[in-house]
Amino acid sequence: MRIEGKGLIDRGQQINFQFDGHSYQGFGGDTLASALLANDIALMGRSFKYHRPRGVLSAGSEEPNALVTTGLGAAQEPNVRATTLELHEGLVTKSQNRWPSLGFDLMSLNDWAAPFLGAGFYYKTFMWPKALWEKLYEPVIRNAAGLGALSGKHNVETYEKAYAHCDLLVIGAGPAGLLAALTAARAGADVILAEEDTRTGGRLNAETLEVDGKPGAVWAEEITAELAQMDNVRIMTRTSVVGAYDQGTFGALEKVPHDVSMRLGAPRECFWRIVAKRAVLAAGAIERPVAFRNNDRPGIMTAGAVRAYLNRWRVATGRNVVVFGNTDEAHRTVADLQDAGVHVSALVDARHHAKCDLDVPFYAGAEVCDAGGGKRLESVTIRTAKGTENVQADCLAMSGGWNPTVNLTCHMGGRPTWDRDIAAFVPVDGAVPGLSTAGACQGDFSTHKCLEAGVAAAQGALDDLGLKRADVVAPAAEDGVYDIYPVYAVPGKGRAWLDFQNDVTVKDVKQAAVENFQSVEHMKRYTTQGMATDQGKNSNVAALAVLADATGRGIPETGTTTYRPPYTPVSIASLGAGAQCKGFAPERFTTSHKATQEKGAPFIEAGLWYRPSYFPKAGETHWRQSCDREVNMVRNAVGVCDVSTLGKIDVQGPDAGAFLDFVYTNAFSTLKVRRVRYGFMLREDGHVMDDGTTARLSEQHFVMTTTTAAAGQVMRHLEFVHQCLVPQMDVRFTSVTEQWAQFAVAGPQSRDLLNDLLDTPIDDESWPFMACGEVSIGGVKGRLFRISFSGEHAYEVAVPSRYGDSLFRTLMTKAEALGGGAYGMEALNVLRIEKGFITHAEIHGRVTAYDIGMGGMVSGKKDCIGKASAARPGMVEESRERMVGLKPVGEVKELIAGGHLFDKGAEAVSANDQGYITSVGFSPTLGHNIALGFLKDGPARHGEVVRMVEHLNGVETLCEVCHPVFFDAEGGRTRG
Amino acid sequence: MRITCPICGERDRREFYYQGAAVALDRPEADAEPEAWVDYVHVRDNPCGMTRDLWYHEHCGSWVVVTRNTATHEVIETALASDIKEQGA
Amino acid sequence: MAFSGWRVLKEGLTGNKGWAPHWRDAAPKDEYDVVIIGGGGHGLSTAYYLAKNHGISNVAVLEKGYLGGGNVGRNTTIVRANYFLPGNSEFYSHSLKLWEGLEDDLNYNVMMSQRGQISLFHSDGQRDAAIRRGNSIRNQGDDAELLSRDDVKRHLPYLDYDQARFPIYGALLQRRAGTARHDAVAWGFARGASDRGVDLIQNCEVTGIDVEGGVVKGVQTSRGAIKAKKVAIIVAGRSSQVAAMAGMRLPIESHILQAFVTEGLKPCIDHVVSFGMGHFYISQSDKGGLVFGGDLDMYSSYAARGNLPLVEHVMEAGMTLMPMIGKAKVLRSWGGIMDMSPDGSPIIDKTQTQGLYLNCGWCYGGFKAVPGSGYSTAHLIATDTPHTPAARYRLDRFFTGRGLMDEEGTGSQHNLH
Repeated sequence: MRIEGKGLIDRGQQINFQFDGHSYQGFGGDTLASALLANDIALMGRSFKYHRPRGVLSAGSEEPNALVTTGLGAAQEPNVRATTLELHEGLVTKSQNRWPSLGFDLMSLNDWAAPFLGAGFYYKTFMWPKALWEKLYEPVIRNAAGLGALSGKHNVETYEKAYAHCDLLVIGAGPAGLLAALTAARAGADVILAEEDTRTGGRLNAETLEVDGKPGAVWAEEITAELAQMDNVRIMTRTSVVGAYDQGTFGALEKVPHDVSMRLGAPRECFWRIVAKRAVLAAGAIERPVAFRNNDRPGIMTAGAVRAYLNRWRVATGRNVVVFGNTDEAHRTVADLQDAGVHVSALVDARHHAKCDLDVPFYAGAEVCDAGGGKRLESVTIRTAKGTENVQADCLAMSGGWNPTVNLTCHMGGRPTWDRDIAAFVPVDGAVPGLSTAGACQGDFSTHKCLEAGVAAAQGALDDLGLKRADVVAPAAEDGVYDIYPVYAVPGKGRAWLDFQNDVTVKDVKQAAVENFQSVEHMKRYTTQGMATDQGKNSNVAALAVLADATGRGIPETGTTTYRPPYTPVSIASLGAGAQCKGFAPERFTTSHKATQEKGAPFIEAGLWYRPSYFPKAGETHWRQSCDREVNMVRNAVGVCDVSTLGKIDVQGPDAGAFLDFVYTNAFSTLKVRRVRYGFMLREDGHVMDDGTTARLSEQHFVMTTTTAAAGQVMRHLEFVHQCLVPQMDVRFTSVTEQWAQFAVAGPQSRDLLNDLLDTPIDDESWPFMACGEVSIGGVKGRLFRISFSGEHAYEVAVPSRYGDSLFRTLMTKAEALGGGAYGMEALNVLRIEKGFITHAEIHGRVTAYDIGMGGMVSGKKDCIGKASAARPGMVEESRERMVGLKPVGEVKELIAGGHLFDKGAEAVSANDQGYITSVGFSPTLGHNIALGFLKDGPARHGEVVRMVEHLNGVETLCEVCHPVFFDAEGGRTRG
Repeated sequence: MRITCPICGERDRREFYYQGAAVALDRPEADAEPEAWVDYVHVRDNPCGMTRDLWYHEHCGSWVVVTRNTATHEVIETALASDIKEQGA
Repeated sequence: MAFSGWRVLKEGLTGNKGWAPHWRDAAPKDEYDVVIIGGGGHGLSTAYYLAKNHGISNVAVLEKGYLGGGNVGRNTTIVRANYFLPGNSEFYSHSLKLWEGLEDDLNYNVMMSQRGQISLFHSDGQRDAAIRRGNSIRNQGDDAELLSRDDVKRHLPYLDYDQARFPIYGALLQRRAGTARHDAVAWGFARGASDRGVDLIQNCEVTGIDVEGGVVKGVQTSRGAIKAKKVAIIVAGRSSQVAAMAGMRLPIESHILQAFVTEGLKPCIDHVVSFGMGHFYISQSDKGGLVFGGDLDMYSSYAARGNLPLVEHVMEAGMTLMPMIGKAKVLRSWGGIMDMSPDGSPIIDKTQTQGLYLNCGWCYGGFKAVPGSGYSTAHLIATDTPHTPAARYRLDRFFTGRGLMDEEGTGSQHNLH
């Protein structure tokens, strides 16, 4: 019910919204919860297990009950707290976890079955008959569980991530946070003030307390206005700091207001990484409910929430309120309600010594022990020393005291300590380096103490930052004594709720203790206490008090569970912002990409690069037709292929040759200038890391090529070897992969094609096999390497990247004129398999030089990376799986990469496994499939017929083991 | 997590590649016993507390020896691996 | 006390007053036949199988904190047998078979849910590797199926097939893979071991290992000295520290693995989905939370908590693969300490100290190994001969170079596995 008075709402702005299909009105500044309460809607949700009717418990992000689903279609968002959901025009919300409706929920039958559904019941049943677990029990449990539903549709909204840096991050803009920010800002520090609420002020917005002789909320507005004018301050409202990480890094989620997020391109949420030299946590405290029988009836809420709805939103949460508490705040609640004209039928104070100066039926040393009603509270039972008494009520404001919000101080492994005076956990100093605490989050519960603590925390931070302290004095404010008589659970029969959402009751915790789940972690895991969406913010302390009692220990000895990030739940879309669609990893394009696209070539991913699969010609309906043609083209005429994606590393310096000797297994210092040599490098554990060719352009200048996928790894490796092992060597490395566009020109007519382009023609004498050097192409300085990955007379020609597109188009045109053309990865793969050349399909990280038949390339004359490990006995055993060629010899001609090899006649089981196939291609040159693979003692078994079995496609093929070079074993074509 | 690159200053952990214990600097002689090589390549002290490990600052290409605490993630000191290697050599 | 639906009914009708402790809390005795250091999943299952299979019940499990408080208490609950290298293949195959009978065996519902794991691939090369893997699995006698892109669409209609950075070519499906309720596994083994006479001793930290003349004699603990004929170190995450008490250095580096759970949601993901290109895997718990994770934080650590770069990377992978989860909210993140070995595979072996056994190096694959690891370790302790499915988990393989099991092919950089 909305009442008179100003509050912090804008009555001039009427907002229409829907809840469960009904239309309602609220005001600017309302949350869904305040607006529903203003419309006398108390029932807002259902609990997780028993589907008990639930109303709002709190007025903050810790709300466990009033969770709704908002939005339609792909914008549907489940589990939104009604207590923090800002009302906006046209907002559509619905309740969740009920069927068929919130008012009539058939699943609430669970509540009747509660005796059988206590803590951990599922560990003891659903085991018979076994088959029914997956067919019946589990699906039923899964469908009953869960809260709201995702839409199942791809996200269509914008989310963002950003970085921010500051001298001081102030977390929370209540009285302590505001003064901390002001103190630091006046001293000239760069300040970020983050507040999860839509406005600064914290509890001042919910109370009638005065600061500096003004209403608290007015004071907060004035301070905020001063801060907002300062260039060195950034106020971030709607921003929840959710995690504390190493070296002053904090994660924070900013929710963008609806009217802003609706603008084109604007995000709904932004996830911030804030790097702060110092931080002040001023996160306040959260009020504890009290556990008593049926304490979950809609209309029962924390006293602080009742005051917040009353004072901030001018909503009376009931017409007939009972207040139950154990501190003076219960009295303040009564006063606020009475001032607003709301009837209070009883004030129940658990403290025996409490006095009351208000005009209200007063019960000292008493407690509320039961609540009547169904979908709305109707009455409460008050128990005093004399007996029990039933009082009519549609709202109960309860307070068990306050828990400092210590969460962030525990994100780096810190544990809070128990403070008996306030019956709550308080943070430990220094638990997060650079972060200090101020105000209610460290147990200062008077407004004045909060203000003083804010100033003090900021002054401390200024000292650390080496800045001069600013002269700020905490203004006059309420400075009451926090006098608490701890009440966690009221004894009695029936079920008393601790964790509202997860339906964990006092009985459950006690039963867990009986069953020996006595560690607080065991109790949590067995009962699910504290595992709901509020992560125990409302209930953990009371639950462990009950556990402590049940196990005969004290609360400090019982300890807490671990506080983990995030403080409030964070959408995956915001944490993963930017990655949807193609944003997950960079896309790298070669200079020939556009020309290749124009040719209609489909692309495949090669690491982060895109490379053409094949270049289809008119009339070709299957990739194999294109691939076969391209292979034939290279074998018979000339083909052109972009090989720019291979890593290219410039190696220069007087010691370049000696250095390469150390990283490669074979020698490079002996390589002549203007010559190229193939080499491979090992990891220090003796396995092959990568291979490629390295060209010596001059005495002190080499250009190394790596495989596409390993370019970064090799670069890092070179720097490692140099800086960490041989820094005395004078050599430097630069990655030039992006700087050079490089094209393979392969085939019998490759030289003819090139001579058509080169300013100075070449011949066998000037450019023999494995020669390299500078060339000029139409006046452009380039490089030419006579190397071959196809087994043909071939070259690779490189030009600065800006000429890549032009050169590729020219090469293609000229090749076509010679009966050739561009070829793609499919043909490249077939060509190299025909020649037995390896790629990362073969050097997959588990093979040795010995395995690939290159043991002889590990020079005996010098040390190199990996040499010692490669000499371990198990690395050079004949029985190892070693590389072979394979060709089909039976009726079935199909070979499949990944198929395993067995002796002819042996059963295809692990014990008989002889090896596997790594690469397969159809060789148009030979007219059949060919494969490379690894076979136990392979080189000794050439000529033997083995069986390939590929279970997944159901293929079995007899194949003959052969040398891995299928074509032109003597290499005459390459040299010719 | 933030690490100070001796060349570039304090940077986010995202800019660094982690390699492992700084024992990698102490490569055995080529003719060392097999045990020495197994120790170098595979065996680790793996302390819970202070450790020295190798990180690669991908933005400037420096290998950095980071002295830090594996229990708290506190970074105590950073230095260029090449400086340490040359001083030690 | 036997658990059953009838028992739950009977107790429910009589006020739930008859329930008893699931396991006995024991005080340490002076001497045991076997002392197991570590009351995690592997330690508890080792104790259980020592008692059950070998009749050795004069056993103590010493736990520094609370039972099941290590990685068995903070993982992503995936159970599978889809390894492809000899050694891993037979071991995980055996472990999966034990999982399938675990509820019967333990009389404890560990909620083993064989909902199937779908491992996506994104290129021809990855498909070839998946086929090799799938055939290894089939050769071992376990199940694996190759799914085409269209097959994957039928199973997982919610993936982004058109826009994802790495297009989906297909997947390998193992139907018998799935998830289990992780805590229940620890508790079930604890109860089973305790019922068979094993002493489970919590809050008992081992501070020293007594060795005389190359023979283990017992352990020193925060609750006094305990003599033992045999001692097993089963403390993944802390292996290096405990092994050091016996003068050993291990081929282990400890790393952080983070994982995440969202708020409860109605059923939307019915399988375990793994996205290797993005180091991302996900399933939905019976409670409704999406449980997911990714790669290591990539620096050695014992802090049991991680940092944002990895958090964001995992979420980014999720958003590119299945952008329908964007509006699910991460409720909790946590970090566990992983025993990373140089080849990514574990060690179950004797040590040079007589009577001292070592079980470590589970990297981030230890949960699914819980039954198999305990079974094989118990066999090794009881008989002093390796159990066949775990016979390749030798400590000396790094010395000999023989039988390395590097599934990732990344070599001896501990964090890359």
